[in-house]
Amino acid sequence: MIDIRNLRVRFGQGADAVTAVDGVTLSVREGESFGLVGESGSGKSTVLRAVSGLNDEWTGRIAVAGAEQGPRRQTGFYKLCQMVFQDPYGSLHPRHTVDRILAEPIAIHGLGDANARIDRVLRDVGLGPAFRFRYPHQLSGGQRQRVAIARALVLEPQVLLLDEPTSALDVSVQAEILNLLRRLRAEHGLTLVLVTHNLAVVANLCDRLAVMNRGRLVEEMSVEELRRGAARQPYTLQLLRASQGYDRATAESFRDYA
Amino acid sequence: MANQKMADATPLLEVSNLRVAFPTRTGMAEAVRGVSFTLGREKLGIVGESGSGKSMTGRSILRLVPAPGRVTADRLAFNGEDLLAASPRRLRDIRGRRIAMVMQDPKYSLNPVMTVGRQIAEAYRVHSKAGAAEAKRRALEMLAAVRIRDPERVYDRYPHEVSGGMGQRIMIAMMLIPDPDLLIADEPTSALDVTVQMQVLAILDDLCSQRGMGMIFVSHDLNLVASFCDRILIMYAGRVVESCRASELHAATHPYTRGLLASLPRIDEPPGDLPVLSRDPMWLEA
Amino acid sequence: MTARTDTPSAPRPAGWRDWLTTDTPHSRAQARLGRAWAGWTAFRRNRLAVAGLLIVLALVVVAALAPVLAPHHPYAQDLNNRLMPPSAAHWLGTDAFGRDILSRLIHGARLTLMIVALVAATAPLAGLVIGTAAGYFGGWVDTVLMRITDIALAFPKLILALAFVAALGPGIENAVIAIAITSWPPYARIARAETLTVRRSDFISAARLQGASSLRIILGHIMPLCIASLIVRTTLDMAGVILTAAGLGFLGLGAQPPLPEWGAMIASGRQYVLEQWWVAAMPGLAIFIVSLGFNLLGDGLRDVLDPKGD
Repeated sequence: MIDIRNLRVRFGQGADAVTAVDGVTLSVREGESFGLVGESGSGKSTVLRAVSGLNDEWTGRIAVAGAEQGPRRQTGFYKLCQMVFQDPYGSLHPRHTVDRILAEPIAIHGLGDANARIDRVLRDVGLGPAFRFRYPHQLSGGQRQRVAIARALVLEPQVLLLDEPTSALDVSVQAEILNLLRRLRAEHGLTLVLVTHNLAVVANLCDRLAVMNRGRLVEEMSVEELRRGAARQPYTLQLLRASQGYDRATAESFRDYA
Repeated sequence: MANQKMADATPLLEVSNLRVAFPTRTGMAEAVRGVSFTLGREKLGIVGESGSGKSMTGRSILRLVPAPGRVTADRLAFNGEDLLAASPRRLRDIRGRRIAMVMQDPKYSLNPVMTVGRQIAEAYRVHSKAGAAEAKRRALEMLAAVRIRDPERVYDRYPHEVSGGMGQRIMIAMMLIPDPDLLIADEPTSALDVTVQMQVLAILDDLCSQRGMGMIFVSHDLNLVASFCDRILIMYAGRVVESCRASELHAATHPYTRGLLASLPRIDEPPGDLPVLSRDPMWLEA
Repeated sequence: MTARTDTPSAPRPAGWRDWLTTDTPHSRAQARLGRAWAGWTAFRRNRLAVAGLLIVLALVVVAALAPVLAPHHPYAQDLNNRLMPPSAAHWLGTDAFGRDILSRLIHGARLTLMIVALVAATAPLAGLVIGTAAGYFGGWVDTVLMRITDIALAFPKLILALAFVAALGPGIENAVIAIAITSWPPYARIARAETLTVRRSDFISAARLQGASSLRIILGHIMPLCIASLIVRTTLDMAGVILTAAGLGFLGLGAQPPLPEWGAMIASGRQYVLEQWWVAAMPGLAIFIVSLGFNLLGDGLRDVLDPKGD
């Protein structure tokens, strides 16, 4: 479904240039749930933004659903691939009601039947019609994230890109959103690409994962292997150990992997 | 000196029926509703979700709750001294020198227009009568104590020129230079990467045990607190619903704690729906 | 059993207040009105702001009902009663031509209101369009537009007004045009600053990811967020606009006699200010009160509309 070859993204010019993504190659199959894991500065979000079309300064090859993508996306692409952002407080326009937020993509693409679509998608994400005319500041963090997911689903995409969708949420709310994503994926046959720094979330929601560090792809593995701790690269092993809670001896052994 | 501190019998901190209330349009709203605990020379973790009142608890110990919030308690004593009755001058004395606080994001808690070295030196001079040269020497010592490899070079850096992990270590250096007895850490590692988190926690661990400090570690990360602290308090809606030793967390009794533990995804568990916490309104009562 | 049986089963109907403050609005209109009501209740709590609002409303009412409220005709001269102090017949005294100052002030309110309304309708709008375009597109669009703004900002209002009236002839309409043309740059800057703050937000990215055109994003997403700052700045600027118009009138460039424009009244009263102080002081007081009203209103609006309060 998604095919990335030798993706390279540089920011800035000349001596100050930063290579955020340095030759990443990976594939995501249709219907798969794929996790892209890394710490800050690893380039994982940059990869996602390049795939989504938000970032147009990349070199390499990106193909989605067999169609190769250029720096600018065609309007039809947005009906195929949508994104959910990390911060529920920043991804909804503070002055728009939920209704307006959901009606906008319908209007842009000229799909009719707005009322029915909005009601359906709100029910799909577990919010009832009571939420339809609220403003974002009248919603909790989990509810806002549901609206963001609803907005992504309104165009009935096949691919959903998620940039740390639960990092800003409380633990109990995170569980609800993960369950919701799991159900939606099953019901709509979605392909998910999940960017996160949290290995436990990946273990819960994904089939396969790739680990990135400093713009490079370190390792790809199945979630089954992750669960067994069967990582091959030292960076991945370090990440695994760090995710398991504080241990004085382990902390001592941590290295900076360039 | 650490041994002498260890031999002290009075608990470091006594909190009894702490309440923090804020006036709203519909009357007083209590963010903290009757929290009680004692702290010795140990690491106490306070865990809760947003709105549980955990940060407010930490801040009220230092009397840092901004007006119009009101802090009341039956007893709030530090080393036997009543903090509620203390004069503002005495509180200023205690803050920083005896009780220190490390906050979440060094981006917001370090002065952006001063070099980090100067900030640390200044923190030292505020609480002692040292001169500039002596303060600089102590600051460099502290930078080395928080495992910064090149203290001389980092001394002249500005906060925006250092990474998050280093910024947090600088914050710790600044807060621990007056050699306080109690450290309140409010989500000190939440903004950091996992590996950096471990390293910063190791520094905190070492410094606290070397100096015989008590530490209150406020966080939303239950697993982290369970592995780092000695004792844990779980807070919900302004109340402490569970208090146990960190090693016994898995045997917790309160349904909120059990629900929270169950809803955490784990690397070693197969994928599947996570049990969702259903909030019993009875938990809002004692 | 009960003797009265009026509507025993229907629930007690909720009042309009509940309808406005409900957590679950049922239509767009209800949501918008509810939000406006919340803003009004917040505004109402600030007594000074309400005072400002009352002053501005008073200005509007006085201007609207001028012919009814004024005891005398503003142009009626009575050379026997020149420069009379405030009395029962003339509450604020008379000027050098024996005209009733109170009536002239009341009719002058119309002119003041007209100036304020014209400037408020044109300058902020121009600034909004230019500022959002510059901020959103960046690059050479930003550079060109901002350099134009800088050039416009470099002209002192009064000098440009002088140039205009020299070219077009003196008169209140030309004075208003001159003020409006020199007033838009600060609004452009404010709109641009707000746009730059918001441009990288996730909700803008989300809109782009839906395929929204730049025009749709600017009109529907960015402008609504700039409006709050612009409204506040406009009300605060109104005081300055009135004073500039008064200054032009003082220089003889704005309203021409016998129009009862407040600044021109101060100018003509200047020579009598030591003996017959009321001729200049009364219009001065009127300008002061109206400027104060706009300032208080603007401050109150800022507290209510500032997005940080969300």
